[in-house]
Amino acid sequence: MTVRENTISILVNNKPDVLARIAGTFSGRGFNIESISANITRNPEITNIIITTIGDQETVIKLEKQLNKLVDVLEVRDLTDVSSAQREMILVRMKVTASNRDRFTQIVDIHSWKIVSTDADYCILEVTGDRQEIEDSLSLLETIGMEDFVRTGIVALKRCSPQQIG
Amino acid sequence: MNVTGAQVLFRALKQENVDTIFGFPGGAVLDIFDELFRSDIRHILVRHEQGAIHAADGYARVSGKVGVCLVTSGPGATNTVTGIANAFMDSIPVVVFTGQVPTPMIGGDAFQEVDITGITRPCTKHNVLVRRIEDLGRTVREAFYIARSGRPGPVLVDIPKDVTRAVIEEKDISWQPNISNNNNNGKYAFTPEACMKALDMIRKAERPLIISGGGVLLGKASEEFRTFAKKLHIPVTSTLMGLGGFPATDPLWLGMPGMHGTYYANMAISHCDLLIAIGVRFDDRVTSKLDAFAPHAKVIHIDIDPASIDKFVKAKASIVGDCKPILNFLNQYVSEKGFTIPEGQTREWLKQIDLWKEHAPLTYCRTGKTKPQHVVETLYRLTNGQAIITTEVGQNQMWAAQFYHFDYPNSFVSSGGLGTMGFGFPAAIGAQVARPDKLVVDIAGDGSIQMNIQELATAVNYNLPVKVVILNNGYLGMVRQWQELFYGKRYSHSDIANVPDFVKLAEAYGAVGLRATHPEEVESTLQQGLNEPGVVVMDFHVEPEEGVYPMVRPGAPLTEMVLSKEEKAA
Repeated sequence: MTVRENTISILVNNKPDVLARIAGTFSGRGFNIESISANITRNPEITNIIITTIGDQETVIKLEKQLNKLVDVLEVRDLTDVSSAQREMILVRMKVTASNRDRFTQIVDIHSWKIVSTDADYCILEVTGDRQEIEDSLSLLETIGMEDFVRTGIVALKRCSPQQIG
Repeated sequence: MNVTGAQVLFRALKQENVDTIFGFPGGAVLDIFDELFRSDIRHILVRHEQGAIHAADGYARVSGKVGVCLVTSGPGATNTVTGIANAFMDSIPVVVFTGQVPTPMIGGDAFQEVDITGITRPCTKHNVLVRRIEDLGRTVREAFYIARSGRPGPVLVDIPKDVTRAVIEEKDISWQPNISNNNNNGKYAFTPEACMKALDMIRKAERPLIISGGGVLLGKASEEFRTFAKKLHIPVTSTLMGLGGFPATDPLWLGMPGMHGTYYANMAISHCDLLIAIGVRFDDRVTSKLDAFAPHAKVIHIDIDPASIDKFVKAKASIVGDCKPILNFLNQYVSEKGFTIPEGQTREWLKQIDLWKEHAPLTYCRTGKTKPQHVVETLYRLTNGQAIITTEVGQNQMWAAQFYHFDYPNSFVSSGGLGTMGFGFPAAIGAQVARPDKLVVDIAGDGSIQMNIQELATAVNYNLPVKVVILNNGYLGMVRQWQELFYGKRYSHSDIANVPDFVKLAEAYGAVGLRATHPEEVESTLQQGLNEPGVVVMDFHVEPEEGVYPMVRPGAPLTEMVLSKEEKAA
């Protein structure tokens, strides 16, 4: 069984405590939450929690069965092998100096990244893309003076059929 | 009309037909206890909150109802954690009400405050902090529903003091449980197709075996189960949690399998070609080395919890659902179609099983000091197998399971999954409350009995005439056995000498204390104790270094059994 990254979408009742229970189920079974994003769906009483975790398929199936047992979990969908659109976002703080200003402007133009705020010497960039694009952008920005960044969890939406909501 | 939170709680309990709760008061639950004072619900006051939760557990196992426990905040709540984890592991329906500090004080490290919902999150089926009186009625109803539905389990409801004192207009109370979205609900309808697939596999089997577990008892399906096994004439083994689900006096009965199971049950598992598993979760004490478990068998797994299927043992066919209707369906089909395994197909197998039974029956050396197995055998005989037996954990538990033969469901109460020493005595109290008509006996070790000995006060106070049989060997027996076998007899802190004087201790609590120091005294002491009308503690001094056999070493296949101190399996 190959170990790989899995993306799991969990629809839950929007109540305090539910996230803690979900996190506890992951950690209790020895799974690390690599990334997480959570927000309400079209129904504000239902939250979609998308978690990526590393494991082999057989163990992940067991984890999903455990998640299904939780009273406030409505549905568990494994999006790993499912055709879906996946996006993450990073906000990056760049120190812009005389030496890197030109190269920096050029790169931002080429990639059509958004500058969301500017200062005398700093600016904050927003980059959205799939996993590979984000990784590549971070590597590139590292070489031209990236100061710091924050990164969201993955959001993923199944392509084929309309997304069921509650 | 206005009602308080405490009154809402009691109305909800009445709606759930609760007539008994086990508890201990404290600051956070004073308003609840004030309401209890006026209620006709029976409250059993224990002497330690752990006694309350284990009593509620024992009550649930024996009555089939949801056990109810009421404790205060902080240390009262944390004292129930072991019992909650115990109920969680054995899937026992209990609802635990814990008091909590007033809502404005939550999170400020108030006096007797703990985050009990945080602490018990991994060991409850569900738990909830009730922040508003508007939610209380519905939440209590939901708690009971969750506790008893599907695979049962403990539910904790944390109620802040101000919520118990708040008032609400009666007409504004919502009682209706809101579990319509519970994902598990849809999964409990089994399919006829799954049943037919299983029957097809059964028809072809030459060496079939049934293994049953706690699920048969929780599903109240022992009648249907008995019919199923007898109709198809398939031998039956049962895990610790399933004892009593099939009559031990039936010729098809093979005893318990696993680490301390019978030789013939383990051999049957290891050589069968079809293993029908009903209400079992394939715990490691039963399977031992997984890849050597039932190596020749196709497995049919019938279980209410889809997460149990394929968790440890791969099933060729699985039927997910409540075993009672599933067995009913199968029995009906078998009966209507005259379904059988073809004549003679299993003849050799049944003969082989008889040979295994002859080769290595459960045995022990009957000479020398009093043997603990002899005490249990004598107890079985004197009670005609009709008692409700609770056990503590360790050697006492294993000897009880081996040498008392259970013919009826809900007559064996033991901490299987968590293995909690100190469970048996309070559980016996709970069992006695549930069945005042029955003789209830706790089989204990000298170590285990001391863990909740304070409940002697509870038993005597309410005249719950539980009998305690202490197999007193001066050791933490099972630990000592492992230290003997695997740690070169280095008895590190497993020696607990012969303190206290259990007879004097029993009398200090107002119970009867009896002692037997020689084998000849066993029968008369037991007889005398069982005939006493009240609480009795019987201290049997037994062979200090007796071992539980057979034994399968951890990590060994079930076929590698040590049959006695001297003899390995052939």
